[in-house]
Amino acid sequence: MNNANSRRAVVGIALLLACVLPFVLNNFRLFQFTQVYVYAIALLGLNLLTGYNGQISLGHGAFFAIGGYVAAILMDRWGVPYLWTLPIAAVVCLAAGFLFGLPALRLEGLYLALATFALALAVPQILKYFEHWTGGSQGIVLIKPGAPAGIALNPDQWLYFLALIVLLATFWIGGNLLRGRIGRAIVAVRDNPIAAQAMGVNTSLVKAGTFGISAAFTGLAGALSAVVVAFVAPDSYNFLLSITFLIGIVIGGLASVPGAIYGALFIQFVPNLAQDVSKAAPWAIFGVFLIVFMIAMPTGIAGGVAMIRNRLTRRRVSEQAATAPRPGMQATP
Amino acid sequence: MDIFIQQVVSGLATGSIYAALALALVMIYEATDVVNFAQGEMAMFATYIAWSLINAGIPYWPAFLATLAIAFLGGLLLQRLVIRPVANAPVLTIVIVTIGLLVIFNSLAGWIFTYTQKPFPSPFPKEPLHVGQIVLGSHELGQIGVTLIVLLCIWIFFRFTPLGLAMRAAAQNPLSSRLVGIRVGWMLALGWALAAMFGAVAGIMVAPVLFLDPNMMGGVQIYAFAAATLGGFTSPLGAVIGGLVVGVVENLVGTYVTFIGTELKFTVALALIIVVLLVKPSGLLGRTVVKRV
Repeated sequence: MNNANSRRAVVGIALLLACVLPFVLNNFRLFQFTQVYVYAIALLGLNLLTGYNGQISLGHGAFFAIGGYVAAILMDRWGVPYLWTLPIAAVVCLAAGFLFGLPALRLEGLYLALATFALALAVPQILKYFEHWTGGSQGIVLIKPGAPAGIALNPDQWLYFLALIVLLATFWIGGNLLRGRIGRAIVAVRDNPIAAQAMGVNTSLVKAGTFGISAAFTGLAGALSAVVVAFVAPDSYNFLLSITFLIGIVIGGLASVPGAIYGALFIQFVPNLAQDVSKAAPWAIFGVFLIVFMIAMPTGIAGGVAMIRNRLTRRRVSEQAATAPRPGMQATP
Repeated sequence: MDIFIQQVVSGLATGSIYAALALALVMIYEATDVVNFAQGEMAMFATYIAWSLINAGIPYWPAFLATLAIAFLGGLLLQRLVIRPVANAPVLTIVIVTIGLLVIFNSLAGWIFTYTQKPFPSPFPKEPLHVGQIVLGSHELGQIGVTLIVLLCIWIFFRFTPLGLAMRAAAQNPLSSRLVGIRVGWMLALGWALAAMFGAVAGIMVAPVLFLDPNMMGGVQIYAFAAATLGGFTSPLGAVIGGLVVGVVENLVGTYVTFIGTELKFTVALALIIVVLLVKPSGLLGRTVVKRV
């Protein structure tokens, strides 16, 4: 079995499992997995920017918030059907990300980290300030949508499948984007901006564009989250949300598409396990994981998985090489 | 006019806190090219140590000095154990590690000392000072005084002592410094230690005003970032001036521009940082870094 086939098999098994989950888990557990998919989309967005393009964002919670509020306001004020709010939120965030990306062009490395750090802190305040639109610190309560007529699923199961479909769509788009010409440009700008420019890559456009696409993915996740949770409030988009996303991509694996899934599983389930110890424990554990991963395993879980797979396949190859007759020996009579 | 002068003085008082923390940021940036996102939380944690010492019955000033010593050692250890292993890693890695430290200190403080706000004593008299019509808070004046003393000590240390000179040399040109026998690694660790110490001073001075809780330094840190950005991350003097300017501007804006008030505190800092970075990225007194390609 070659590499592409084995990967296809793994994805197939994972998909099969994902389709079985709604019928074996209770609603609460299922909701947690829905959250995992939402996080995975947001993490893919952040990973595009920070992992692949090398622009540090400590404030991606801001775009998650914009997406969430766009969806919530559209549904609450204008009665827009929830499915339509998802693409609209993505487009709004694409524009917002592109606009934030323009000044960010001039900010490299640490300075971009600083600016986005301030952005992450400012988000809840800004949301509370525009009380007329956002409902202030009370937030906006939405109605949880049920399955469309003719589909025999309860609302939680339906939302789970909705999240799964959106996840697959975004990963398909993201994966194709990264495999092609644009993806190579994005990585080239990270690795050597001057060489990329010399090769005819418009670095400014690529950077601002990546910011936009990244924000669109994260904003789409935000809108999906608003639909799934049926509630938005400023304090759920605080600074720690942005840091949670950062933790997700670091633990899952920087510059890795499947890493977004590993990271999402981590940020969803590890705090639940740690919560039993103390209210402060999840963050202490997050912090320790961040530092230990950065020092010992900078490629994250995805890197670890790839390493193990490589080691296994290499062993198989070397075993085959050892048992196969050597051509040189056959030649001699 | 009286209100104006009072606001300027209390602006200088908050500004001196920002200045101390910004100076800590600049010291670390100068020595190791790292913006330490955990600076504020380290200061907050040191303040909890001071609080525990004072609660254990130790008088204020000995507790103050003991805290500075502990902060110094803590900073030294952090650099040796956590920062040094990633010293040559990309910027992203180092930013992530300091973010890790931020959440660790924050949650440890919450874990050990709980999230309830605690009053923190001020060593200065309670009665305000009357100068003509103007009423000035004693703690505010004391805060400015302590910060000025600290600044003076630092200046003397870097300007007139061989160790200070060695530290400056190590920051400016590590390779040549090593060749003349300066232990560059330890100089960098010393930079972190001193920075942790200034942070502790800032935390202890601001705690009586803000009350002590694990999230006390969040707002202070973002303004210290704004201050360091404004003054220039490469200039200690710039950081101090930036801190004072930011403190005064924040107070005056809060008093006279009613629609901003305190609700948009972080947003003002965000706008300030972005505007400075766009208009003059090297800050007021920073030097422009020229990269050879």
